[in-house]
Amino acid sequence: MDMLKKFTHSSLMLPLTALALLLLFNAIFVDGFFKIQVMENGNLFGRPIDILYRASSLIILALGMTFVIATAGVDISVGAVCAISAASCCVLLGGDISGVAQHPFFIAILAGLGVGILAGLWNGLLVAKFKIQAMVATLILLTAGRGIAQLLTDGQIITVYYKPFSYIGGNIPGIPLPTALLIAVCMVLLVIILDKKTSIGLMVQSVGINQTASRYAGINVTLVLFCVYIFSGFCAGTAGLIEGSFIKAADANNCGLNMEMDAILAVTLGGTLMIGGRYYIGGTIIGAITIQTLTTTMYAVGVSSDRLPAVKAIVILLIIVFQSQKFKQMYSNYKLKRKDRASGQKEAVNA
Amino acid sequence: MRKFFSDLVASRFFQFYVTLVLFIILFGIGSLSFDGFFSWQVFLNLFIDNAPLIIVCVGITFTILSGFGGIDLSVGAVVALTCMSLAWLMRDTSLHPVVCMGLVLFIGIAVGTLNGFLVTFFKLQPFIVTLGTMFLCRGLTAMISRDSVPIDNAFYGELAFWSLPLGDCFLSLGAIIALSVVVIASLVLKFTSFGRGIYAVGGNEQSARLMGLKADKLRWIAYIISGFCAALGGITYSWIMLSGYTQHGLGMEMDAIASSVIGGTQLLGGVAFIPGCLLGVMIQGSILTIISFQGTLSAWWTKIVVGILLCLFIVMQALINEHKNKLMNLQAEEQGGAKKK
Repeated sequence: MDMLKKFTHSSLMLPLTALALLLLFNAIFVDGFFKIQVMENGNLFGRPIDILYRASSLIILALGMTFVIATAGVDISVGAVCAISAASCCVLLGGDISGVAQHPFFIAILAGLGVGILAGLWNGLLVAKFKIQAMVATLILLTAGRGIAQLLTDGQIITVYYKPFSYIGGNIPGIPLPTALLIAVCMVLLVIILDKKTSIGLMVQSVGINQTASRYAGINVTLVLFCVYIFSGFCAGTAGLIEGSFIKAADANNCGLNMEMDAILAVTLGGTLMIGGRYYIGGTIIGAITIQTLTTTMYAVGVSSDRLPAVKAIVILLIIVFQSQKFKQMYSNYKLKRKDRASGQKEAVNA
Repeated sequence: MRKFFSDLVASRFFQFYVTLVLFIILFGIGSLSFDGFFSWQVFLNLFIDNAPLIIVCVGITFTILSGFGGIDLSVGAVVALTCMSLAWLMRDTSLHPVVCMGLVLFIGIAVGTLNGFLVTFFKLQPFIVTLGTMFLCRGLTAMISRDSVPIDNAFYGELAFWSLPLGDCFLSLGAIIALSVVVIASLVLKFTSFGRGIYAVGGNEQSARLMGLKADKLRWIAYIISGFCAALGGITYSWIMLSGYTQHGLGMEMDAIASSVIGGTQLLGGVAFIPGCLLGVMIQGSILTIISFQGTLSAWWTKIVVGILLCLFIVMQALINEHKNKLMNLQAEEQGGAKKK
């Protein structure tokens, strides 16, 4: 009973319940949802794998976003940064149809990641140094980002025929799990280790609660903010490479479109509040998986991709209402009232 | 001289002046570089082409002004939803277009009411709430039809092509509505108790509450106004497009926010000037016009230029705020010194 109480009060309750409900729905209504097959080339295949595979870039983005939101900020430029990262990587590889890369593969990868870090630096500069509101500061890159990506690709969609590039979004030959998923797992492990073994997490939370107090406590607020935005940029760069590799091309207009919204959604779904000061990495990951499960479920029952937002929106609105302080207050008031009434009845009987 | 500049920077309209100068410079560059750019019609076309954005921008400014991280991301989706509902109502029902337009305005008001309710009653983040309603409206648009629905009602077409002749030039109905919205919104903000209340609540909610203002009610109304403006913007948008489609108004919310910021609105709330927003939209419009006159540049240059402008204006706002704080501190010190004597 205590365990149950502890669970219902924990931040993971909501996303886990949502995920469980979705999976239950799938188990009943969608045939063979949990079936995992081994393909001829040794790759694993099935809806659960597919969900994790598709969710991996979202998980990576949401990881970066979690820390940004924990410092009471938000980074709405990540989708555009994804596009820039994919564009710069693809431009360096070149669209040669014979599959020969113009520049070495690792330089292209580094360029993609470097662009992400650069974007993070820029956001960090505006937020930490110029003390500009995070949403406004990142709005700049959101507006200009896709334009920059177009500039890099010269307004074209560059299709990359270079084989190893498709390994990032697909499978490396011989490894049964998708590479994107492995990257996501590595990033998550890295973040968890950093979170548990160092005091970075504490500093981030402290900055999110009160910047002035943190400064008096000896925390370098500027540096923490910089790091957080750079990490978010790095995550966006990685996700951009994965997204670009999914379609083996740099599509400046559609790469990572609305991903920033999904990432913010995953973070809030995981129990992290937008006002900052607290974060839940586990919640974020489950939130991201929940969103992807919802998407896949909707596809499975035949809702088309452009109608999906309506379903998603209702889920979001319900969840944030359930999470709100006011709702919790109303619920506890209701419980109190019921208790009062019950005890009142008892007294009446006794009398 | 120094004092003059200091006062100028601290003045309430400094941002507006900067925006105005910028617009004149941009229009000047265009006029000098291209033949036929400097004409009344090109100038009036800025209103005609950007009428929906002007209306939406005015609405979104109300929500930003109301503070508490106020923002309305749902406007672009509401524009799409209104266009689609209009097209669908006129195709599949025998309702008169005027009735359809009235119904569609109610959609906007309903979305605004929902936004305002969630924001003020449950104290939820406006960013997340309106993000949700944005998804909702986009999804609903696709529920009506996934394909583009043309509007071929004769009366509606007449409305769309109706224009007011001004000498050799003309102004479309949409532009006239947009300009009247700007005028009405400016007057409401300046002269009504509601407008002043919104400024007060956005500037400092605590003191506004202590003064007896109903902060929640004012904020709720701001969201309803934004929803209404988005629907009205949607109607003018449908006059330009004469169709309903799920991708209509994509990214319009960000354009509107950018115009608003360029026009001098501070996203922290409490500071905004509606004619400035009009100029913000027109700056975006003139960049686009210059690009179309130039002919070889691509449209995405608009985005880059707007991004750079946004950046400049945001940094400028930060500097202005710092300057104002300094002035206030100076004043306080002087007063303190006077008292001591």
